Amino acid sequence: MKTAHEFPVEERQRHAARELDPNNSLAVIAPGTSFETVSAQISSIVLTRKTPLFWWAAFSFGVAWVIVFVIALYMILFVGVGVWGIEIPVAWGFAITNFVWWIGIGHAGTLISAILLLLHQSWRNSINRFAEAMTIFAVMCAGMFPLLHLGRSWIFYWILPYPNTMHVQPNFRSPLVWDVFAVSTYFTISLVFWYLGMIPDLATLRDRAPTRLKQRFYCVLSFGWTGSSHEWKLHKSASMLLAALATPLVLSVHTVVSFDFTIAIVPGWHSTIFPPYFVAGAIYSGFAMVLMLCIPLRAVYGLHNLITERHLNNCAKLMLATGLILAYTYAIEPFTAWYGGNKFEMALVHNRAFGPQSWTFWVVILCNVIIPQSLWFYKVRVRPVPLFIVSAVILYGMWLERYMIIITSLDRDFLPSSWSNFVATVWDNLTLYGTVGFFIACFMLFVRFLPMISMAEVRELLPFSKPGGGTLM
Amino acid sequence: MSAFEEAGEIEIHGVAAEFDNPTALVEATKAAREAGFRHIETYSPYAIEDVHELIPVLNFVPAICLIGGLLGAATAWIMEYGIAAIDYPINVGGRPLYSWPAFIPILFELTVLCAGTFAFFSALALCGFPRPHHPMFNVPQFAHASSSRFFLCIESRDPMFDRRYTAEFLEELEAIGVWEVEDT
Repeated sequence: MKTAHEFPVEERQRHAARELDPNNSLAVIAPGTSFETVSAQISSIVLTRKTPLFWWAAFSFGVAWVIVFVIALYMILFVGVGVWGIEIPVAWGFAITNFVWWIGIGHAGTLISAILLLLHQSWRNSINRFAEAMTIFAVMCAGMFPLLHLGRSWIFYWILPYPNTMHVQPNFRSPLVWDVFAVSTYFTISLVFWYLGMIPDLATLRDRAPTRLKQRFYCVLSFGWTGSSHEWKLHKSASMLLAALATPLVLSVHTVVSFDFTIAIVPGWHSTIFPPYFVAGAIYSGFAMVLMLCIPLRAVYGLHNLITERHLNNCAKLMLATGLILAYTYAIEPFTAWYGGNKFEMALVHNRAFGPQSWTFWVVILCNVIIPQSLWFYKVRVRPVPLFIVSAVILYGMWLERYMIIITSLDRDFLPSSWSNFVATVWDNLTLYGTVGFFIACFMLFVRFLPMISMAEVRELLPFSKPGGGTLM
Repeated sequence: MSAFEEAGEIEIHGVAAEFDNPTALVEATKAAREAGFRHIETYSPYAIEDVHELIPVLNFVPAICLIGGLLGAATAWIMEYGIAAIDYPINVGGRPLYSWPAFIPILFELTVLCAGTFAFFSALALCGFPRPHHPMFNVPQFAHASSSRFFLCIESRDPMFDRRYTAEFLEELEAIGVWEVEDT
């Protein structure tokens, strides 16, 4: 038994300087992090550290809204969807607004976990785990709304093709049926991708567990992972395949969601720009949510060495880029209406900007186009407080954008006698806030019981992680 | 070597060496390969590609993923054609019953769904999961293999394996510890 090195790798890693990454002044992982410290830091959050007050506050807040959500569910299921403000012609109302908003939020998680993995953007390694968890919980929230909006939610399985005594089958030419397949596939693939990536970290928790009960719990979850080269090879292979599958999938999901709109002939919806418009908007709002989650977590759990200013900066840049794509589509919509010369489209543009709900249009422009321009400034991109505020504004703006698209297109349809003004009821609001609470509660349980940062992938970013001295990626 | 003598005639899984850095692990794996050992396995807290070149692994995951994708595509097409054109033919706006462009989104989704789940479950199955126990867990220091330590195990089923010789061979490498792994 001998120690061959004068300087053990732990010590060398802790003393490795920031200059290791000469191309970027902002380090992905702060100096002073080693294999042992990263494992200890992340696993202690789950295993040994006292649960912070912030966690209890956030979790209780989430659970309180879940209780409200259950009451709202009772009203929707036992009284009917009439408790919402939906009516004809505005049959979609809040439900589909919330659906599109939530599912869009999920998209940033898949972008971080799959697309950035394929593009070898190794900075993603310390934010992908909780971004994927965000995706899963956001898709759960999203999925509830179409199911509730069905009215008789208990026969939801009628939307699936199955042999039945009624001899009725879904119409495969309808984007609403495509949506069923797109969203359920998206949820399943996100879930298995997330779990696959977590298995090595669950093994770390198993090996570091201070009590027998915790050890058993993580032993079952980690399936007996040993970290052998055989397991790593298959694990990497499956991860890359899932990333390659999830990349077109994430683009397809919001494309199919946009087809729900664009295949209808409603003015303001019937446009070929909708798929890229929706995907860009989805990623935009998703990055806003990623930042709103990671900024408080980073502060509460002291993760500044793993989620560095580089991460905030990069997320903010992606948000700015997708925000500019969105601004372009906002500009092109009135242009195509004018250039196409369709009087219904022209009337819609006028109604959006100057009609009874025109405030939504101008607030959307303010929240999604004007305020995010502050992200051009480096100081805004790397400072947690301004970035958090801009993200919150964007998240609200993106919800309002979907509201505007749905309401202002539907409430002025082709027949002036059926025009109406949509008014949301208290139950509309409570269902929306209820899902926000559900999301927060789920996310807090994830933070408490599962490793929120991928330890295995962060180790790859550390100095001396590659045989010979450098970093692996 | 008293520890090894005490172990006596207990069946062993192999002899393992512990390293504190990936460079030493890869060097040791190279040395073991050059010495003629074939049944060797490394254990590391993250994936090290250099090791995969030294320890070849038969990887059927991509093939199974492809089969899954093809099955998903076939299922989707048969389901959509069968329902829309044969089982429940309805005229929607005068479109043909076999309106294949409209079938593509579901075909794509089911392809991805089946390919992804096949990849996930095949990777788990080929790893031998779920497997609550592994002989390496008998080494107390192996608990660090998922955090910061790197292990190389020369297994007893190797034709060149000899308890004393293998242990001595590993001692000569830059290991910080060498252990016999009981096979239980």
